[in-house]
Amino acid sequence: MTYTSPQPITEGRFFEGSRLQIEDLRMAYGEIDVINDVSLTVEPGTTTCIIGPSGSGKSTLLRGVNRLHEPKAGRVLLADDDALTLKPDVLRRRVGLVFQHFNLFPDHTAQQNVALALRNVKRLSKGEAERIALARLTEVGLAERADHRPRDLSGGQQQRVAIARALAMEPEVMLFDEATSALDPELVKGVLNLMAELAQRGMTMLVVTHEMGFARKVADQVVFMDEGRVVEAGTPEQIFDDPQSDRLRLFLSEVL
Amino acid sequence: MDWLDKLIKTFLDFEAMWKVLPQLLGTGLVNTLIISVAATVLGIVIGMILAVMGVARTAWLRVPARVYTDIFRGLPAILTILLIGQGFASISRQMFGPSPYPLGILALSLIAGAYIGEIFRAGIQAVDRGQLEACRALGMSYGSAMRLVVVPQGIRRVLPALVNQFIAIVKDSSLVYFLGLLVSERELFRVGQDAAVLTGNLSPLVMAGIFYLVITVPLTHLVNYFDNRFRTGRRKPTPPKSGLEEVAEQSLSPVYTRGENT
Repeated sequence: MTYTSPQPITEGRFFEGSRLQIEDLRMAYGEIDVINDVSLTVEPGTTTCIIGPSGSGKSTLLRGVNRLHEPKAGRVLLADDDALTLKPDVLRRRVGLVFQHFNLFPDHTAQQNVALALRNVKRLSKGEAERIALARLTEVGLAERADHRPRDLSGGQQQRVAIARALAMEPEVMLFDEATSALDPELVKGVLNLMAELAQRGMTMLVVTHEMGFARKVADQVVFMDEGRVVEAGTPEQIFDDPQSDRLRLFLSEVL
Repeated sequence: MDWLDKLIKTFLDFEAMWKVLPQLLGTGLVNTLIISVAATVLGIVIGMILAVMGVARTAWLRVPARVYTDIFRGLPAILTILLIGQGFASISRQMFGPSPYPLGILALSLIAGAYIGEIFRAGIQAVDRGQLEACRALGMSYGSAMRLVVVPQGIRRVLPALVNQFIAIVKDSSLVYFLGLLVSERELFRVGQDAAVLTGNLSPLVMAGIFYLVITVPLTHLVNYFDNRFRTGRRKPTPPKSGLEEVAEQSLSPVYTRGENT
């Protein structure tokens, strides 16, 4: 099975990802523990999908990896660098995050959305930033919408701009936080296609998703979380065809 | 109807109004606008500093901003103007000469800054948290994120409130007359009042009032315009588009099918 989107990601350009290792991570909101001793490894160029019921700590875990929410204990290694001792801004340049609600800048065009951090963070010239922004937008099939503002784009298009914005920073790892949950059903597929293509192109991805079909077909590893812990992890076949725990069986029977 | 004539003579003596008109236009209006605009510009600068301090994470910035705001919002404007206008008069005379304008404008700005700071702070805090998070996730610093993304969005939201504040400043500018104005320095209220005292007739003050309304009423309507323009954004009405069209655009080649094999 191959996954193709109408606009091929730059011909012959493969991503060079890094290994992401999470070891015994603990995170809390105030007194309340939400992540308890979670460990998982995403090998370079592979995709790991995290599934699980709401409130299981999936999104919090992603936010711990790029430290939008500071972990309480444990380790996060990005290509053998200790992510928790790096400067947060340096870490975040190496880790892309795609949000459930896109979080595009409403008063910027699609192209400006992508170019902003290129200029401000990577210190590229205006022309260079705009050139790269347009190239990334082309890759996600939105070259013709480059001068549209987010409100003039559909949800699916907005999310693809957000993906282009994250890709433009050339991250070593991409995190997706329920990237299709806020989309109208007919627009979900376009975004999933794009993500599948990134995976195939060798992007290292950690994907929180409710799309079981996507997890089964695209993931190299599926992690089932519940109540802030990893309950089961394995290949898609192991998780979906041969679930070991009652929790996972119950979850799958509810969502499939 | 003797009393009615008297009333009209007191408030609407057109001759008295006509006589004071040149002074209101040439001196009063100009000075009122100079004081108001200068105080607003300075007030916006003070307000922006206060607002950024007010949303800071450290209490060392938040608390001073809070204290400043509580003081200058809580005092009667006339008290602040007199304390500053008379208290610093000798310093001001050495620096700017005898005109009470610099101190009057400063006092009005300090008061306006407290209000404008609260307006900006509300605007900044109303911006979706995801905006700041999106910037941070891209590796932008807190300062860059605020300067390039959050604050501009916050300001756009509160432009109507800012215009209201300008209206308040226009009205408060009349209080500067307490600091003692030369003939050429009089603003609308003082011009009207002087003429009223001289003629023993209130019509010149009514005329001054009309001038205030000429400034403030159009602004009030400008607020409504801003309100529509900036809340909903300038937008061409477009017919609804079927989501399936976008799907068709993307399905030019074999695509991943959702829900297969599950």
